[in-house]
Amino acid sequence: MGQTIAEKILSQAAGRQVQAGEIVVARVDQVMAQDGTAPLAIQVFRQMGGKNPFDPKRVNLVIDHSAPSPTESISNLHKMMREFAWEHGCHLYDVGDGVCHQVMVESGRVGPGCVVVGADSHTCTYGALGAFATGVGSTDLAAALISGRLWFKVPETIKVVCHGPLPPGVFAKDLILYLIGRFTADGATYKAVEYTGSAIKELSMEGRFTVANMAVEMGAKVGLMEVDEKTWEWLREHGGGEFTAFSSDPDAVYAKVVEFDLTSISPQVACPHRVDNVSPVEKVAGTKIDQAFIGTCTNGRLEDLRVAAQILAGRKIHPRVRLVVAPASRKVYLQAMREGILATLVEAGAAVVTPGCGPCVGTHNGVPADGEVVVSTANRNFKGRMGNAKAEIYLASPATVAASAIAGEITDPRPFLK
Amino acid sequence: MIEGRVFKFGDHIDTDLIIPARYLNTSDPAELAKHCLEDADPSFAKEVRPGDVIVAGVNFGCGSSREHAPLAIKAAGVACVVAQSFARIFYRNAFNIGLPLLECPDAPRIPAGSRVRVDLQSGRIEVLDTGEVFTARPIPPFMQEIIAAGGLIPYVEKRLKTR
Repeated sequence: MGQTIAEKILSQAAGRQVQAGEIVVARVDQVMAQDGTAPLAIQVFRQMGGKNPFDPKRVNLVIDHSAPSPTESISNLHKMMREFAWEHGCHLYDVGDGVCHQVMVESGRVGPGCVVVGADSHTCTYGALGAFATGVGSTDLAAALISGRLWFKVPETIKVVCHGPLPPGVFAKDLILYLIGRFTADGATYKAVEYTGSAIKELSMEGRFTVANMAVEMGAKVGLMEVDEKTWEWLREHGGGEFTAFSSDPDAVYAKVVEFDLTSISPQVACPHRVDNVSPVEKVAGTKIDQAFIGTCTNGRLEDLRVAAQILAGRKIHPRVRLVVAPASRKVYLQAMREGILATLVEAGAAVVTPGCGPCVGTHNGVPADGEVVVSTANRNFKGRMGNAKAEIYLASPATVAASAIAGEITDPRPFLK
Repeated sequence: MIEGRVFKFGDHIDTDLIIPARYLNTSDPAELAKHCLEDADPSFAKEVRPGDVIVAGVNFGCGSSREHAPLAIKAAGVACVVAQSFARIFYRNAFNIGLPLLECPDAPRIPAGSRVRVDLQSGRIEVLDTGEVFTARPIPPFMQEIIAAGGLIPYVEKRLKTR
């Protein structure tokens, strides 16, 4: 019987042929935790009697959720992470290095065929590189940290065929918001999603990360993509090692196959307080905003900052709007500096903050006031997500957010891109 | 056997609502419990008593992988969560830390504020005032053992000792 990508990767990692529905114990290639989850994982690791991680070179600790630390208590948690990483020789990404998922895909250690567990739900981002990567809690992470193994239920796969090309002014973020609106927030719970079709193939790797990143917003365990020349090029550029790529067999068994024609969609916006509450931009255009945010593991990469700079060049943001920009990593930050992107954004009125997650998760760097409205490139608009339950969050592409920052209200970016 | 008062919530209760990231500056369960679900129901943490039960709709626990979410619920005294469905990572985390979850298709019909008796083994949920009975999917035996031990860590310790 044919196998899906998810079944093939887990077969290899479990050392036997497996299919959807089976419980397997699989080898884990990389383990990741961030400062929101690592302290608890380290605590559990010790409670479990853990002495040394199974392989420190496969362990990645990232300080990104509150970086640099805004409070004394968080500083102490950071210190605990650093000491653990230094003691055992784990990879430590400290303040300013970037958002965990961006540093992981830039590391060259995650690639096709890998099994990765991360104590962060958006670990599914690495599916764009053909890796079976999924979010787990701190206890599961501690178990993987000790043993280099973890149990998984082999997921059924939903094949999502995306027919392109995307129209001008419509981006990877619009594509995935459109899909989430159709699937709903639990439409793929416990399933693997396999994204395919011309609209996916045409995306850059950066755009593919955006799409894979949000698989969890429809409940999926992983969001996988087929490996192609763009994947290998990304890996070469980032010093990637040896990897084995898998693709689904023609007779693989899917839970379902869904096709979408994306050739005439508009830019999409997710309205408060649900990621699947999605409308075309025309429907929400005119909604007044107080803050705009460009960044995160979804949309803080170079091409995101480039399109924002293209729109903001020679313009000023609305006088009653704050624009916060957080490059996804130090690497992205430096390149954006070299290209003059940051100068353009700052001249337009943006406040650039340290690469990290703060504004998205509401730990610091841009908590909105009561009753305020934010348009953001993040992946979640849950009530209270940005640190204030009395604020409203709209999610959109970097182009839509940049255009909205200029207009002071949610705005279709397409006229700005002509 | 669990006996307690029902606190009701709707669909898609996410982990940011259960415990906002601004409180992840600690992993002390008692501290987390003080802020449990405060953005969804500000009085919940004050009113909930040991043995009480959360009842909700679909996709409970969606969003972040933070294990602080089930920890906060458990430390608030909640004996189990009954929902139509649960998000994947939350489901695994809850059993790992010893918080039992029951999937019950009729969960939205269980009255708010009522007293219920819940049998985790059979999945039987009885509303004590009216005698009405709801049925949840029973928890698989292996996961019941984890719950009985108090979570994955004590479960593994126990297994190692009896080897």
